[in-house]
Amino acid sequence: MTTLTHGTEAESEQLGAAAHSPLRRFISDFGESRLAMLGLTVFMAIVLLAVFAPLITPQNPYDLAVLDIMDGRLPPGEKSLGTGMVFWLGTDDMGRDMLSGILYGLRISLMVGVMSMIVALTIGTTVGMMAAYFGGRVDSIIMRTVDMQLSFPAILIALILLAVLGQGVDKVIIALIAVQWAYYARTVRATALVERGKEYIEAAQCLALSPARIVFKHMLPNCMPPLIVVGTVQVAHAIALEATLSFLGLGLPITEPSLGLLIANGYEYLLSGKYWISVFPGIALLITIVSVNLMGDHLRDVLNPRLQR
Amino acid sequence: MAVFLIRRLMQSVIVIFVMSLLVFSGVFIVGNPVDIFISDEADFEERERAIRAMGLDRPFHMQYLIFIRNAVQGDMGKSFAHGESALRLIAERFPATMELALTAMAMAIFIGIPLGMWAGLRPGSLSGRSIMAGSILGFSLPTFWVGLMLIMIFAVMLGWLPSTGRGELGEFLGIRSSAFTLDGLKHLVMPAFNLALFKMSLVIRLTRAGMRETLLQDYVKFARAKGLRTRRVIGVHVLKNILIPVLTVLGLEFGSVVAFAVVTETVFAWPGMGKLIIDSLAVLDRPIVVAYLVFIVFLFIFINLVVDILYSVLDPRVRLGEMKS
Repeated sequence: MTTLTHGTEAESEQLGAAAHSPLRRFISDFGESRLAMLGLTVFMAIVLLAVFAPLITPQNPYDLAVLDIMDGRLPPGEKSLGTGMVFWLGTDDMGRDMLSGILYGLRISLMVGVMSMIVALTIGTTVGMMAAYFGGRVDSIIMRTVDMQLSFPAILIALILLAVLGQGVDKVIIALIAVQWAYYARTVRATALVERGKEYIEAAQCLALSPARIVFKHMLPNCMPPLIVVGTVQVAHAIALEATLSFLGLGLPITEPSLGLLIANGYEYLLSGKYWISVFPGIALLITIVSVNLMGDHLRDVLNPRLQR
Repeated sequence: MAVFLIRRLMQSVIVIFVMSLLVFSGVFIVGNPVDIFISDEADFEERERAIRAMGLDRPFHMQYLIFIRNAVQGDMGKSFAHGESALRLIAERFPATMELALTAMAMAIFIGIPLGMWAGLRPGSLSGRSIMAGSILGFSLPTFWVGLMLIMIFAVMLGWLPSTGRGELGEFLGIRSSAFTLDGLKHLVMPAFNLALFKMSLVIRLTRAGMRETLLQDYVKFARAKGLRTRRVIGVHVLKNILIPVLTVLGLEFGSVVAFAVVTETVFAWPGMGKLIIDSLAVLDRPIVVAYLVFIVFLFIFINLVVDILYSVLDPRVRLGEMKS
């Protein structure tokens, strides 16, 4: 009889849990903040614009055959001398339509930001988990490396790496991964250390489950909330850093300009009052970063992790 | 304390050694400086002579060993482009960078703390919320773009401030700096603000958070109950307690200000170390790149050490001997 009541109790608990599943609670909490929803909406719009850029843009800004040097540095709203096409945001010195250039640049910025985030998160999480699970010497070697790396600013490490590696999208991504992994490792280790002391891990160990299974199937899901927050913030950082590196002439090759390079191209014309070449890509960059940061700011409140930053 | 210092110094030596090896071998792989510095018209013998003069004819490990032997004696090699000692070139540019970084730090503190306190006192008010919105913007705006916009507005459109260079230098107490002449100050204000903006946002947020926590403490209530004027409660009792975390974080961030000066210096053509390294990277001036990186690693190790020691002085609860690093 007792077992029966126990069963129904557990069942009703499960039903209750289904109605307020963590995911659903998270979604409703996230929706509470209008600013965060605005950030999400804007970011989704930017992602869509970037993904479908080849279908939307009036021009392929990387196809040098389409560019006409006669259209160079036209102010916003001017018509092309050759084709009669309207340049809503003006053109740069190559005669490239700024609107097309910006949307294509966004593709690169987002790709670099998200790719480096995913790889850095994977590496950082694995390393951080190992540090927390094995402890002892493994832990101290890993964490010393992390501490050492974090004592140097990201831009400096990226600068050194790119000075060594040279230019290219792949190299920028490698540099950004090298810069970011330590943040994830530290975050995940801090959370995992707390989780490791809990009973369910002890229970899993008593069942003689393999370390890999305990770490990835039992501990990892419980370490996700702070990782999501750090991941969001790091995407914004990575995008800003890539733009900065490209601006300094260390990031992407000049043939496929990202937002940072578009801005750098406009630098010399800024002094003669041709503002649009630098201003518009900058605004696009700004909107992207702010929208990610707005989401990140609110995620931090919703998931309420103990961030060690 | 002594144990801490010794352990830290030993670690620093290892870090510097590893970094120099990494940087040297890395820079070695990238491109061949011969192609850039020797004109195409030079005949074979001239090329050979130039290569030998730059020490590029020796195998890699020999080049590195010679580099280390000279580096220990304070000689980091001669710049390919300038023909001068790389270390001296960097040392010449160092004051300009420090001037920029220190001015930026001062701006972050003297603008950031009052704004943060105001936002903490009146969190719901329009001004408080605008300050916070401004700080989110300050976090999100890429430094280099803000620099360009400052130039566009204040130099191109309004014509109030000069856009590039360091201006006239003044001398005071044996230190030459642009901060001592009006022309120099005019040149300094924009780049320094540009560099300060990010840290200012950080200071605003830290101060505001500290303010809101501290205001609820019993000693603040007690001071109020005693009948002290608000100005004294806030300006003395509260301020003292929020300063510790703010100054600690700023100390740790000083290094990143120096590093980010690379960006600001490039935008404003400020003749500091950062501009030098970016120019040298473009022309593969290997000795300068290596010397700069080793120099900056030194600088960082030094800054981090000073901050750790200061931290233990400011907060007696921290004991350095127990710190694992």
